[in-house]
Amino acid sequence: MTATAGSGTRPGSGHPPATTPRGRRRPGLVLAGAGAALLLTLLAGVWVGALPLPPGAVVVTLLDRLLGPLGVHLSGGLSGTQEAVLLELRLPRVVLAALVGAGLAISGAAYQGVFRNPLADPYLLGAAAGAGLGATLVIAYSPVQTVGPFGIVPLAAFIGAMLGVGCALALGTLTGGSHSATLLLAGIAVAAFLAAAQTLVQQQNTDDLREIYGWLLGQLGKAQWSEVLVALPYLGTACLVLLFCGRALDVLAVGDDEAASLGVHPGRLRLLVIVAASLAAAAAVSVSGLIGFVGLVVPHIARRLVGGSNARVLPVSLLIGGAFLVLTDIVARTVVAPAELPIGVVTAFIGAPFFAGLLWVGARRR
Amino acid sequence: MFRNTRSAPALMAALLLTLTACGDSSADEASSEPSASESAQFPVTVEGANGELTLDEQPDAIVSLSATSTEMLFAIGAGDQVKAVDDTSNYPEDAPVTDLSAFTPNAEAIAGYDPDLVILSNDLNGIVDALDALSVPTLLLEAAGTVDDTYAQLELLGDATGHAEEADEVIADVQDRIEAAVDSAPDDVEGTKVYHELDPSFFSADSSTFIGSIYSMFGLENIADEAGAAAGGYPQLSAEYIVSEAPDLIVLADTKCCEQSAETVAQRPAFDTVPAVKEDRVLEADDDIASRWGPRIADFAEAVADALQH
Repeated sequence: MTATAGSGTRPGSGHPPATTPRGRRRPGLVLAGAGAALLLTLLAGVWVGALPLPPGAVVVTLLDRLLGPLGVHLSGGLSGTQEAVLLELRLPRVVLAALVGAGLAISGAAYQGVFRNPLADPYLLGAAAGAGLGATLVIAYSPVQTVGPFGIVPLAAFIGAMLGVGCALALGTLTGGSHSATLLLAGIAVAAFLAAAQTLVQQQNTDDLREIYGWLLGQLGKAQWSEVLVALPYLGTACLVLLFCGRALDVLAVGDDEAASLGVHPGRLRLLVIVAASLAAAAAVSVSGLIGFVGLVVPHIARRLVGGSNARVLPVSLLIGGAFLVLTDIVARTVVAPAELPIGVVTAFIGAPFFAGLLWVGARRR
Repeated sequence: MFRNTRSAPALMAALLLTLTACGDSSADEASSEPSASESAQFPVTVEGANGELTLDEQPDAIVSLSATSTEMLFAIGAGDQVKAVDDTSNYPEDAPVTDLSAFTPNAEAIAGYDPDLVILSNDLNGIVDALDALSVPTLLLEAAGTVDDTYAQLELLGDATGHAEEADEVIADVQDRIEAAVDSAPDDVEGTKVYHELDPSFFSADSSTFIGSIYSMFGLENIADEAGAAAGGYPQLSAEYIVSEAPDLIVLADTKCCEQSAETVAQRPAFDTVPAVKEDRVLEADDDIASRWGPRIADFAEAVADALQH
């Protein structure tokens, strides 16, 4: 973590040139390809699972449900248990994986863009540590499991994440204005403090260790439609704001003064992007636990494909992130089936070698 | 559900046994010493997972950092010799609970009780070496893999504390009750599918585990066995797999830790299609009993038998 502070002071470090010739020529193609990849992984996610489902019947059931409101009813769908598995367990899980992956990836891309730091990720400003403390506190001490229709753990994680980032922003503003290096250091201090508090609570409540660890390692196994509905408004809003800010971030990359002369307020833009990215990270973390690596690596993959322009990196990261997490979730639930692996382990297991390969190929091409 | 059903009679039996053991003890010279019914057996050598241990005298300042061992000690009538137990030893209620931690054990804090025997189930933080360095007699009794291991540990604790006969009686009682429970299960129970839940993220226990061996005695088919040995006995299953396996019996060992109940299980997506939920065979077990390997395992076996009746 200490390395981020150093490199944060060198604007633009580690970035490939703003637009590689390849990326400039076909950003639309890459965007379409990423969208197709997301669709394909979504389909695969619906197909693959512990309970084998006949593909034809899956299609019939889905069409039946989609066309139901129009008065069209198809026969030949799945049986009772199969339909329940498909509609109540597998679909929400696949959809949630796509949402979380997309949210983490675009959040990471935005953080990297706004801090101009290739090591930035969505958890940089205390979102993960705050969410971890919130989740641990309610797992250990809360007498209730739900508030209305919503689980208490996602709620506490979301509040914790936003409080963590809020503390970091407040501390950063008090100590150094919008200077990004100071803000990074403030984030590190807040994250370290919150993580220590989380560990302390965890050690006091060894009975709940399994549940706490399960949450910390990330999990999609308890995915439900209610979680999709909880996360969607926040993720949707945050993603829209970030997509909208891409062009302005590119202007900002030229320099604060130049940006100001072009009508972009550097301080306000940074704050808006950081808040939106943190909102996306908090919403993702609250429903899935701490899933690492996606937010760090997917933006780099996107940059390899379309160059350094934030306006292009953000949407491509969104799509690739969704596809990547759906894919890793398929691996997590099939490779040791019927058991499962923690999704956070799988993202790194698949992502790290893939990313290393990308770096290697990139280095050879240069 | 079966929290306090059988424990009181078991304790009574143990107490009665203590009295009768005193009465017909062949070691007459020992009868002058209170609570030392069989001290003629000392010195005694027992073997824990940390090697052989020779006790010259009957221990009367035992520190137990294992909730299971605490239950065993009290069941065999050695409760009076227990000076301190760790913060997870919540049964029986009169156990001398302290703030000693079994999870992050501290040799100095333990030594502060001036124990003549320390019993542990896990060697964490290098605690066994640390206690050895302080010359504190230490017994490491690790988690049992089968009920036979439970009997062996009861016997060992009986020898180590001078309550060998009571230990034998407790063993016989537990054996009889488990046998009776298995016999009372319906004849067609063979092959009935069971899902044992450790927590709401679907961690389970397969037949290679201690708790799984109880289900095997009943002839139940454990749905976690499909996960294979790679998962180390405690695989994390998926909701989809559990629903598709359609277990006839669900045993919740997460009623205390995670406030799960038959009601919360019925509310989970797609679980309303599971036979165990539809036919009301969700056993709300006591987390503690289901995660320990003490004498109360007989309570658990009886609760399983009861759940299989309907």
